[in-house]
Amino acid sequence: MSDVLLEMRGITKEFPGVKALKDVTFSVRPGEIHALVGENGAGKSTLMKVVSGVYPYGSYDGEFFYKGEECRFHNIRDSEHKGIVIIHQELALIPELSITENIFLANEQATAGVINWSKSHAKAIELLKKVGLDESSNTRISRIGVGKQQLVEIAKALSKDVELLILDEPTSALNENDSQQLLQLLREFRAQGIACVLISHKLKEVESVADTITILRDGAVIESLDATGGDVTEDRIIKGMVGRDMTHRFPPREATIGDVAFEVRNWKVAHPIYADRMVINDVSINVRKGEVVGIAGLMGAGRTEFAMSIFGRSWGHFKSGQVLKDGQEVDVSTIPKAVDHGIAYVTEDRKTYGLVLMNDVKTNITMANLGGVSSGGVISGPKEIKVANEFRDALSIKTPSVKQITVNLSGGNQQKVVLAKWLFANPDLLILDEPTRGIDVGAKYEIYTIINRLAAEGKAVIVISSELPEVLGVSDRIYVMAAGQIAAEMPASEATPENVMSAIMRLARAGAEEVVL
Amino acid sequence: MSAPTEVTPPGAPPVAYSDPSTSALATIRAAIGKGGMLVALLIVVVFFQVTTNGVMLKSLNVTNVFLQNGYILVMALGMLLVIVIGHIDLSVGSVAGFLGAIVAVLMVGVEVPVFGEVQLDPLLAVAVTLIAGGLIGVWQGWWIAYLRIPSFIVTLAGMLLFRGATLFMLGGQPVGPFPESFRAISSGFIPELIGTVADPFGTGKPPLAIGPLVLPVGGDPLNLTTLLVGAVLSGFVVFLGWRSRREQVKYGFAVPSMAQFWLRNVGIIVGIMFIAYRLAGYKGLPIVALISFILIGVYMFLTLKTTIGRRIYAVGGNAKAATLSGVNAKWMVFLVFINMGVLAALGGMIIAARFNSATPKAGYGFELDVIAATFVGGASAYGGVGTVAGTVIGALFFGLLNIGMGVMSIPIDYQFMVKALVLLIAVYFDIRGKTRDA
Repeated sequence: MSDVLLEMRGITKEFPGVKALKDVTFSVRPGEIHALVGENGAGKSTLMKVVSGVYPYGSYDGEFFYKGEECRFHNIRDSEHKGIVIIHQELALIPELSITENIFLANEQATAGVINWSKSHAKAIELLKKVGLDESSNTRISRIGVGKQQLVEIAKALSKDVELLILDEPTSALNENDSQQLLQLLREFRAQGIACVLISHKLKEVESVADTITILRDGAVIESLDATGGDVTEDRIIKGMVGRDMTHRFPPREATIGDVAFEVRNWKVAHPIYADRMVINDVSINVRKGEVVGIAGLMGAGRTEFAMSIFGRSWGHFKSGQVLKDGQEVDVSTIPKAVDHGIAYVTEDRKTYGLVLMNDVKTNITMANLGGVSSGGVISGPKEIKVANEFRDALSIKTPSVKQITVNLSGGNQQKVVLAKWLFANPDLLILDEPTRGIDVGAKYEIYTIINRLAAEGKAVIVISSELPEVLGVSDRIYVMAAGQIAAEMPASEATPENVMSAIMRLARAGAEEVVL
Repeated sequence: MSAPTEVTPPGAPPVAYSDPSTSALATIRAAIGKGGMLVALLIVVVFFQVTTNGVMLKSLNVTNVFLQNGYILVMALGMLLVIVIGHIDLSVGSVAGFLGAIVAVLMVGVEVPVFGEVQLDPLLAVAVTLIAGGLIGVWQGWWIAYLRIPSFIVTLAGMLLFRGATLFMLGGQPVGPFPESFRAISSGFIPELIGTVADPFGTGKPPLAIGPLVLPVGGDPLNLTTLLVGAVLSGFVVFLGWRSRREQVKYGFAVPSMAQFWLRNVGIIVGIMFIAYRLAGYKGLPIVALISFILIGVYMFLTLKTTIGRRIYAVGGNAKAATLSGVNAKWMVFLVFINMGVLAALGGMIIAARFNSATPKAGYGFELDVIAATFVGGASAYGGVGTVAGTVIGALFFGLLNIGMGVMSIPIDYQFMVKALVLLIAVYFDIRGKTRDA
């Protein structure tokens, strides 16, 4: 049994009305990096929740063996006891506790309930060294970035003598650098004999790091590919995921571009707490009717902050600048005023800022334009349902009914509900912030198609995205943002990943020289 | 983990879904889940009816449910909005006591330190008090909405502040009695315009019973006006349901079958007519019940049908998302506290009218009754969830417990403990019912 660490046979898991896993067979060899890919809802997370005891023995059919022993876990503790540790997409760290306290949460280095802090910190420092995190063990979690938090999670896993590490979308919130660092860490673990199951939507990473790639679709294993040779391409994986060749990742785009619809001039915004720190520094952009303008840049470049500050000053301290609509200056100092002037901002964080998750689809869709379904402050129920049904059909939002609670929808469908909310407000300028974050390939394509359709209707669209191929794929024109400034502007036809990056670097160098002078 | 959803590749035909909300079993389950508190209410009523040998549902006691608990219902409607928008108001008892004191000194004309002595016509005094309630809402709402102090703290301070202000106003002495016209708020009945008719189930005959359960029928001659009001109200409720159903059909939506529709409406008619029948057997419809019914109607409309109501629920559900959708969340919180202040004024006056005097201790601890009624009615402590119908049931539930235990002569110490356990158990079943549903 030495060549198989984990073996799952015939795993079937049902939720009311849905078969999430259908007779899944899956095995992991010791010390390999095993990527688990598939579209949202394919069953990846569900499978890993079976392994880690989140779904206890008896709630699924089938059996699985770890190191040749049959496992019947009743909770996460059982699986951790065996050395299986899962790190969820949403990090389970307590922001106001220190790194040490988080690492040993529920596993305190204590005698008779009294914590030995010296021992705790010593061990924590050792673990931090292992994961390559250069932070004091006393630092509070809320003071470090997401990338470092991810490393703390891994250190926490190591403290439990992990032999099988399961990572659910570990890099989805990380920038390029942090992602690479994390993947390098996984390679080091492989050298030490720790096996790893990696769930990821980022196929480039999967391609570069995985030894084996298992593709799930609709709760069933489609295939397991040996990737040690390095000859499994991204297109090959996508083909397995969607069940056919995806020759076009982006819909064809034929733009009819009109006059300048919106213009932002010399926009300056300071940090909400540190009023002397200029986060958006003298940004000027314009968008034409029927045009899709992309804003590229690294995380922290100030793109979201810029967009939100335009949208009713919903971020930061406004310092100076003008917004012009059709050549006339407009007042966008509050969100209702911005909405009245036809600006819509579709947030990057749909769960926190986009949806009232406990409310149903129709309530969310009409939230930004209740006037459209009411008269004299009285809402017409049937009219609201009618409007919601129209958007459900137009955007093919997959939901049994518009009375479905939005928390039950998949990420892609939630994103469409947020989009529908703003489309119903009938804006002239649509700012889409990371419109495809965390949603699968098929749903991405649909979102891109919707963007094209809106531009064709004559709306001005701004797309903010950290995925460069996406910005290049959907836009007519691109602004590159770095350090709160516009680093470059170029037509999409001339934009390549290389010249976008070099524009960012140029600005960074210029900034450095300024400091020197 | 969100429920797994199949994904259609671009261009593929949309997947057909069967709507789970239309299956018969799901309908029944949803009805039980939604009506769980109603079932509990009926069980409590039957329990008391049996243990009190039929005294519980005598006309006098049904009337007393409204006379003794009207203030809870009125204030619970305000508390519902406060809780739905994600806040709490611990000060309503003190505020009600204070406003009761204000209306008292204004009507009776008591000399108050600093302010001197004024005597107003009862109607004017009531109007001034309602405005004062709104101003108290402005005060507390401003701290909460615009200065961003947690409502728990602001209203905890308010609890002390207005308790002190009550003592200040009254100088530690009860103030009363009040003019008859003011007392009518709490002890009056609508005038009998038509006349009376003998109860068809007779007077003075041995009571009808099924086993130990004495049927709540028979008694004094019936007040026809009250029965007519009940009939009109029933007709109105059925009409609204029918109109909404017709509208839905017009827009092409699935609606419950005609049989389901009538089953539900017959239940409503029986409920309303039973209450009307019992009230008619005493002195008719109490004014305070009439006030409550009107407010229930107004707040049902507000929460279900208006944009303001919708925005309150959205802010309670996710204030950030609501704000970014263009809802002025602070203004909504502000309005909700002003509304609470006005309803606390009404509650305070009902209490004062009932005891025919304003006392320094009036309203003491009432905030807990009001908050408990709202939570038992299914509102969520996390905000965003709660209904007027549920709150009414919650308030009636506590009202019936109070009356029932009173009729059974259960000592006050036990009454407190029973109410505590009922609160815990009721909320437990409510939450369990909801998680099972999901």
